[in-house]
Amino acid sequence: MGDAAHTTRLEIGDVPVGLDPDAGSAGIVRTKRVTFDEPGRTLELEGGGRLWPVTIAYETYGTLNEARDNAVMVFHALSGDAHVAGRHSANERRAGWWDMLIGPGKALDTDKYFVVCANVIGGCGGSTGPSSIDPASGRPYGTDFPMITIHDMVEAHLLLLDHLGIEKLLAAVGGSMGGMQVLDLAVSHPERVHLAVPMATAARQPTQAIAFNEVGRQAIMADPDWRGGHYYGGKPPIKGLAVARMIGHITYLSDEAMEEKFGRRLQDIHDYTFTFNPDFEVESYLHHQGLAFTNRFDANTYLYITRALDYFDLSRRQGSLVSAFRDVRARFLVLSFSSDWLHPPYQLKEIVGALRATHKHVSYYEVTTRFGHDAFLLERDKMEGVISAFLTSGARSYARSV
Amino acid sequence: MSRIDYKLIKDLVPEGAAVLDLACGDGELLAELVREKHVRGSGVDISQAAVEACVAKGLSVFHGDLDEGLADFGDDSHDVVILSLSLQQLRRPRMIVREMVRVGRLAVVSFPNFGHWSVRGRLFFLGRMPVSKDLPYPWWETPNIHLCTIRDFRALCREEGLCIEHELYLRSVDAPPPARPLAPNLTARIAIFAVSRC
Repeated sequence: MGDAAHTTRLEIGDVPVGLDPDAGSAGIVRTKRVTFDEPGRTLELEGGGRLWPVTIAYETYGTLNEARDNAVMVFHALSGDAHVAGRHSANERRAGWWDMLIGPGKALDTDKYFVVCANVIGGCGGSTGPSSIDPASGRPYGTDFPMITIHDMVEAHLLLLDHLGIEKLLAAVGGSMGGMQVLDLAVSHPERVHLAVPMATAARQPTQAIAFNEVGRQAIMADPDWRGGHYYGGKPPIKGLAVARMIGHITYLSDEAMEEKFGRRLQDIHDYTFTFNPDFEVESYLHHQGLAFTNRFDANTYLYITRALDYFDLSRRQGSLVSAFRDVRARFLVLSFSSDWLHPPYQLKEIVGALRATHKHVSYYEVTTRFGHDAFLLERDKMEGVISAFLTSGARSYARSV
Repeated sequence: MSRIDYKLIKDLVPEGAAVLDLACGDGELLAELVREKHVRGSGVDISQAAVEACVAKGLSVFHGDLDEGLADFGDDSHDVVILSLSLQQLRRPRMIVREMVRVGRLAVVSFPNFGHWSVRGRLFFLGRMPVSKDLPYPWWETPNIHLCTIRDFRALCREEGLCIEHELYLRSVDAPPPARPLAPNLTARIAIFAVSRC
């Protein structure tokens, strides 16, 4: 994979420099699957559709205690999956996407907590999504897959929590789209979560993010290989998906991070070629990211999940964010990242302000960072202290609340 | 052993009040207020360590820069807003006092009194900037950039049209206050003011 220039860069799942790769590792893990297919039941979707049977792919770390009060669920972002920590095999190159925070002695200490992460429905990491077989036709759903929302993802996760015997989470933690799920869970099922940690997210998808998502979707749908979404068994729309990912990736970085990481440096050449070849390192990097993404991600999932993001608006049903939060019972820790221009700090402060207006327990922390939106996947040292403290003190108040 | 200045501040806070503690540090005062006065309290602080310490105590804390004001807090959203021994470290002390009485019905401000005889003495006799237990830094690296005397603070309240509800003096953070303070601007090391919009 990639050339030397790429492998030296800090990537999500890399073990931070100076840390023994085996220290604090969640160890060798595997993705499990559970299918909910009892006849007569169904998952009623917010958009009016139905989904059944439902398969959820998930991973767990640590042990659920007897009181079942040490469960922490991590919710993944757009391109994430259930593999949040540890490695699938000893020689897997990168650990799970949030390995920096999850493991023995880490912020989400697997010696203390039972950590769960599940792939969202609509996803392509093992849970039911557009590439799954549609029982009605015996073929992959493609675009016959029903439209899903962030709330539907949460409802599907609750099927899993019921299956695991977890009535109330000690904590729900997630960044970006994961943060939206955390917010939705705390609002729609106040009794099922004690601590909520949304980060790098918003209570409603901002206009600019809808705009970027639409460009990404148009790139996929303009690829002749997309074929109305029924490309399974044939050639997938790799070009369109790669372009969508390239656009997305730009929004995850920052002006400063790009300037610092690439500048105007040229890729493996000494002078301009005066062609449309990717002369610049930043171009080469985006090409690499785009292409690498198509190896592991399904284009239809990209369409469905970005749509779910765009539809997310917590205040829609109740008229205002303050009314949406009225019945919330969770204690909140809200994290923002200074250079995140996809979800700038003001969007997190809006959440904090609305929670405070309804007298909820809320703390707010802004991580100073150059890494942009992706900072929530990288800035371990600036996040782990406050998250760990919140979980520890929250576990005490959980014990009192039961 | 709880600090005397904290005790005096706590006495100014009604039971069950909504309290905002600015520059709350590790949240010691706020935790005492929650425990003893059952307040609904939040802190504000600029440092990562302070936020972590408050969160570890189970307190609600907001990471923010007081020099940018209190834009995230609504008018009259709190009963009491506290600023303990930090006024002199802010870039815009007058703005923050204004913000305190906008956000809270009562603003409690404590500060080291620059009119204390030891300060005056050091300046007068030695011609040197004062360095003491309350003001321990040499001039070139002190975070205390806006020092004032008790009379200075009274003058600010007058200019801002604020009513002084209480004025308390301390010889030290761990010595009990004198019953009838004599010439407080000369003898008090620390002053605590409780002010409100008239």
